[in-house]
Amino acid sequence: MSFRITCPVCGARSSTEFRYGGEVPENWREVWRRDNPEGPCRERWYHEFGCRRWLTLVRDTRTDEILSYE
Amino acid sequence: MNEFVERQIGLRWPRAVRRSYEVVIVGGGGHGLATAYYLATRHGITDVAVLERDYIGGGNSGRNTTVIRANYGIPDAVNFYQRSVDLYAGLEEEFGRAVMHSTRGVLWLAHSEATLRGERARAALNTACGAETVFVGPDEIGTICPQIDLTGGGTYPVLGGTYHPRGATARHDRVVWGYAEGAMRLGVHVHQGVGVTGLHRDGGRVVGVETTAGRIDAGVVVSAVGGHATVLASMAGVVLPIRTHPLQAAVTNHYAPILDPIVASADLLVYISQTPRGEFLFGAEIDRQASYSRRSGHDILALCARRVTTLMPFTRQLRILRQWTGSCDMSPDYSPIMGVTGTDGFLITTGWGTWGFKAIPAGGEALAETIATGRPAPLIAPFGLDRFERDRTRADRGSAGTH
Repeated sequence: MSFRITCPVCGARSSTEFRYGGEVPENWREVWRRDNPEGPCRERWYHEFGCRRWLTLVRDTRTDEILSYE
Repeated sequence: MNEFVERQIGLRWPRAVRRSYEVVIVGGGGHGLATAYYLATRHGITDVAVLERDYIGGGNSGRNTTVIRANYGIPDAVNFYQRSVDLYAGLEEEFGRAVMHSTRGVLWLAHSEATLRGERARAALNTACGAETVFVGPDEIGTICPQIDLTGGGTYPVLGGTYHPRGATARHDRVVWGYAEGAMRLGVHVHQGVGVTGLHRDGGRVVGVETTAGRIDAGVVVSAVGGHATVLASMAGVVLPIRTHPLQAAVTNHYAPILDPIVASADLLVYISQTPRGEFLFGAEIDRQASYSRRSGHDILALCARRVTTLMPFTRQLRILRQWTGSCDMSPDYSPIMGVTGTDGFLITTGWGTWGFKAIPAGGEALAETIATGRPAPLIAPFGLDRFERDRTRADRGSAGTH
């Protein structure tokens, strides 16, 4: 069911004119948090030009050496 | 830096590290040294130390492509970078030293209708904010820079673009040395080979730094590091929304000086200029993965070579002379992060991504004002770290030429 939302620019409008962006988190740091580790970093890679599967690995961000695969 | 250069520019290195300074700036690159310089020259604050773990200007200040421009994508940024363009233009007079400042103009090419619309908007916004940028068609581009193949090799025809006439370059080392010399002349201590290993805190407040030369107390600690901003900030309990990515660049062998403007393509994601020595200097986008590594690779050379030779086919005759990598602290909105951090006694200048060199004068000036007055300088007030908390991010697609 739609409802009305008051846009600061356009005034009161139907909610169908908006895209839902999800819940606002309690703590902004979780939204913008970047651990940016210097050292081992557990991360996901997508094999775009191959099998198109996701994989998880640990890479040392100081050297780009891959330390382990999961 | 060799002894000849040191004698020429008269850097007065301090004999010893004092145990206490009013202001300690971590990082002896352009931003750290410019901040010290403006603290001393504009605000009379000379009880300042700049700590550099290696040699001054040896980090990202020595690894950029020295482009100076103000054709950004949001009003706050255009105002800020226009101030930097103006300060750079007066830097030789300010220092009494040559920094090889050269006004070249920046040409931004569009090869698609969508990009063309973006460039038209850029010109309108820049002009409205006081930075001169004009929308140009292929004929004008051909006049400004006859070296460009307007057919784009058949695949990337040049449909138009923008011209930013006050775009410039300067010699990165000389900019760094000029700020260092001017600051040291007024009594600022610049210490090379002194690395910061920790921060001292009293309650919440940062009150000093632990270094490879012992403890140094400080009224204010400023992080002006590039590449390790996250590491230093975390010692102060500050979480930064920064990811560090490598950015590679390269130069070719020397060639007759023929290319005047700096040429960038928003569709091909490449930028090209010719250095005063005659090398063709080019770069592209950042490496996709976050990394602190400064290794360069063949993949980016192959990528760039394809793009550069598409725009300027004659460059096929050239050979790669050298390539290098810098570390870019990327903010989520592609705007810098400057000023207070929420931790007393600890200020930052970071988020310089791929656009740090051009911001050195205005960034240093504004941060010095912020330190001296205790209030964010108006020019950088929109770029505080608190903008992420307040949902006032400054998304700027014009900040990096190539994303």
